[in-house]
Amino acid sequence: METAAAILLLLGTGFTLIASVGLVRLPDFYTRMHAPTKAGTVGVSSIAAAAAMALPGDPIEIALKAALIIALLFVTAPIGAHMLARAARSARVPATEATHVDELPPAGPL
Amino acid sequence: MLDLAIDVSLVGLALSLALCAIRLVRGPHAVDRVLALDTMTVNVVALLLVLSVAWRTEVFLESILALAVLAFVSTVAIAKYLMRGRVIE
Repeated sequence: METAAAILLLLGTGFTLIASVGLVRLPDFYTRMHAPTKAGTVGVSSIAAAAAMALPGDPIEIALKAALIIALLFVTAPIGAHMLARAARSARVPATEATHVDELPPAGPL
Repeated sequence: MLDLAIDVSLVGLALSLALCAIRLVRGPHAVDRVLALDTMTVNVVALLLVLSVAWRTEVFLESILALAVLAFVSTVAIAKYLMRGRVIE
């Protein structure tokens, strides 16, 4: 149990680090948005599962709280990313030159 | 074994927060800064989980839940403000 918790902790830390490296190194807002919302969610969920395994006390209660945290992250991260992407499209944040298809209408609200 | 993993996780999450702070300073648009702040809050949630494992206590779980809800609500509010100019229409 402790070994599984340690492995999950290391895995989640790795995913979170990869998400932050992507947040720094990717060239564009629309590509940068993908790194924290996917890799970051998986990393924090792995860490929450490790906490549910390693914490002492009533196991059912702790597992329920950890599952609630995981479910909340999985539900809210795509919604927040979608709202931010809509805000960026409204503000006409420029994309990189590597973008081939851009179907943004030239004027008007989204 | 678990203590070594906890130490490595604390160092890695601190490094991750530093990278998010780099993006927070450098981001060319306000949306980039909002995304960096959202990622920082999620990283703080992970850091609190690791600390609760390190101190063998479960009192952080409710505060972690409240922090996750607060991060989501504030991100959506700032996104709506940047999009429309007002939060509640």
